Amino acid sequence: MATSVVSPADASLRESGSQPLSRRGRRRELLIAAGFLAPALILLGALVVYPMVYTLVRSFYSARGDEFVGWDNYVTMFTSDSTFTAIRNNIIWVVVAPVLCTSLGLIFAVLMDRIRWSTAFKLIIFMPMAISMLAAGVIFRGMFQEDPEIGVVNAVVVAAKEAFSDTSSYPGAKPRPDVGVSVDRDLISADASLAPGESQDFPLVGIRVTDLPDDSTQAAPAPAASDGQITGTVWLDFVPGGGGVNGQIDPGEAGLPGVRVDVVGPDGVAGSAITEADGTYVVEGLDPGEYRVALPAANFTTGASGVPWLSSTFITAVVILSYVWIWAGFAMVMIASGLSAMDRTLQEAARVDGATEWKVFTRITVPLLAPVLVVVFVTLIINVLKIFDLVYVIPPGNAKPAANVIAVEMWTVSFGGGNNQGLGSALAILLLVMVLPFMWINVRRFKAEREG
Amino acid sequence: MNDLTIVRGKRTVAQRILGFFGKTFVNVFLILVAVLWLVPSFGLFVTSLRPIGESTSSGWWNALTHPAQLTWENYLNLLQNSTITNSLLNTVMIVVPSTVLVVLIGALAGYAFAWMDFPGRDWMLVGVIVLLAVPLQVALIPVARMYGALGIFGSIAGVVAFHTAFGLPFAIFLLRNFFTQIPGEVLEAARVDGASEWRIFSRIVLPLGGPAIASLAIFQFLWTWNDLLIGLIFTTPTTQPITVAIQSQLRTFGANIDVLSAGAFLSMIVPLIVFFAFQRYFVQALLAGSQK
Repeated sequence: MATSVVSPADASLRESGSQPLSRRGRRRELLIAAGFLAPALILLGALVVYPMVYTLVRSFYSARGDEFVGWDNYVTMFTSDSTFTAIRNNIIWVVVAPVLCTSLGLIFAVLMDRIRWSTAFKLIIFMPMAISMLAAGVIFRGMFQEDPEIGVVNAVVVAAKEAFSDTSSYPGAKPRPDVGVSVDRDLISADASLAPGESQDFPLVGIRVTDLPDDSTQAAPAPAASDGQITGTVWLDFVPGGGGVNGQIDPGEAGLPGVRVDVVGPDGVAGSAITEADGTYVVEGLDPGEYRVALPAANFTTGASGVPWLSSTFITAVVILSYVWIWAGFAMVMIASGLSAMDRTLQEAARVDGATEWKVFTRITVPLLAPVLVVVFVTLIINVLKIFDLVYVIPPGNAKPAANVIAVEMWTVSFGGGNNQGLGSALAILLLVMVLPFMWINVRRFKAEREG
Repeated sequence: MNDLTIVRGKRTVAQRILGFFGKTFVNVFLILVAVLWLVPSFGLFVTSLRPIGESTSSGWWNALTHPAQLTWENYLNLLQNSTITNSLLNTVMIVVPSTVLVVLIGALAGYAFAWMDFPGRDWMLVGVIVLLAVPLQVALIPVARMYGALGIFGSIAGVVAFHTAFGLPFAIFLLRNFFTQIPGEVLEAARVDGASEWRIFSRIVLPLGGPAIASLAIFQFLWTWNDLLIGLIFTTPTTQPITVAIQSQLRTFGANIDVLSAGAFLSMIVPLIVFFAFQRYFVQALLAGSQK
């Protein structure tokens, strides 16, 4: 959308300049213009501009609005825990989300150029833009459920854990009876207390030889424990084909690698180790004292547990991810249109001169795209600052405080039960202030474009 | 000269081999990305087709191996739920007028900014660009009060007015940019023939502005349809749009997953149809909105 150097209205004025309008004609012209503008100006004035001023004034008054409190609401904003978390999270959002969306959009747009099904790809990535953030929120809350039986992300995580982790799973394993080791709900522990320098072996049964991990080797006796150490061997006390003495390491018996061994003192777990391929383990760094050695249940239960994605720790990351799912398509489409408008001769010339694709990308394509990238980036920042729906929808009750952002906090304090419209107004003004620099960029870009 | 050609020829072969693997890699990578991007919506759709008993005990992917459990039951229940059907109707009653109003009022103002001369025009245009980025949070509290005083709090009309007002800066900006590209001679000729400004606007500018108006309408339609915040604040249970009706079910996420998933998908259907039918215009609106 290029704007001509002389804007059309100026041009029409100049043309009619040869026959100057009568004062009456001019007044008529102004009246017509006013008629065309009136509906927009009235709506914008009543529902945008006037409220903006009102909110600014209101932010200096108390919760109920009957008392002038100066900067109090702004002080509260930065000192109260929940608003401070909201401001901090907003900053995280602004730093992370636009960068992620823009870089993904750039990668997709550049790669999309080289495939035949780019139209389909574009539609797939862009589609989330059409659906509501509420629906996206329902989707992501479902996907990130903690129970790996229900949440698809944890289902994948658990499957991957079981495939790659160094702690193997030996479901159904039991200790050999009458060797001083007992089992309680999958937790296998030694009956006797030990001091550092002693050893504890765990002869286990109940595992099929075919289920042993590939790296399992002949079980070996543990190295003698020195000061501060407890050692031992965890092995399958069973010789395929028969033979051997129960509770002793015999030739043909396999070590159980990847079993976690905990040494439990009076204050909880004092040390732990993972068994080697031959089943041996060494727990080090123990202070003198009495300890129990145990193999925690995690070694023997079937499923690893899922990651608590919707807890305070991960919630903001998950919500940002859902935002990226929606807005990466926007960045991609904008950048792709920038690419298609680009003159490719420079890139071709560089390729002929032997530049690698990476060099062509970083030295030519990206710099040429810079104006588009700035537009995308600024649009995303303005959008991210007022993020509401996703943060309102995705976190379950107990993670809501940790996920808080300004727009949600503004809603909570002024409409969602907080009943403090003074503080709410101050938060709205804070949002406005944060947007100001980007407004300024927009205005400057617009003016630069008009001047040609 | 000859040497150069050979060197070039060699590189082409090498490049071809590299290019082949590069292409395969790019294709595989983008297929993975596409699948990753599709899984969320697909998962929601499958969930919405499973009975609640299945959804609370196992993940939707189990339905892929047991397709017998899929049923339209959740949707049938939803369509018999008057809260949901009413809210769908409310959404339509909010979205249609606010889209029409934004287009109409935006076009009037856009035409004035493009082709009329009045004092303070450039200054006001800068004002419109400033308003483009104003977060609607700054208007929530005063407008809620204002609506209360006027007795229209909770009414569809109030929500429509709010959506229209906040859609206008973008509408004016987009349509003004488009209208400036209409050749001046066309308008001048009509003026010489004695056509009134209104006649020029309705008979020449609006028809010529078709593509831009379509872009704007799609954009505004999707934006209003998908709104949650404005509905949350300015509607009551009798006037609430579908998004607000669904979010009220969120408190008990797992136990309500049948209503939530089917409701969320139901709310997505219309925007998705609009999107796939008119995505060209939607993209144009986004491109025009950020200039260039």
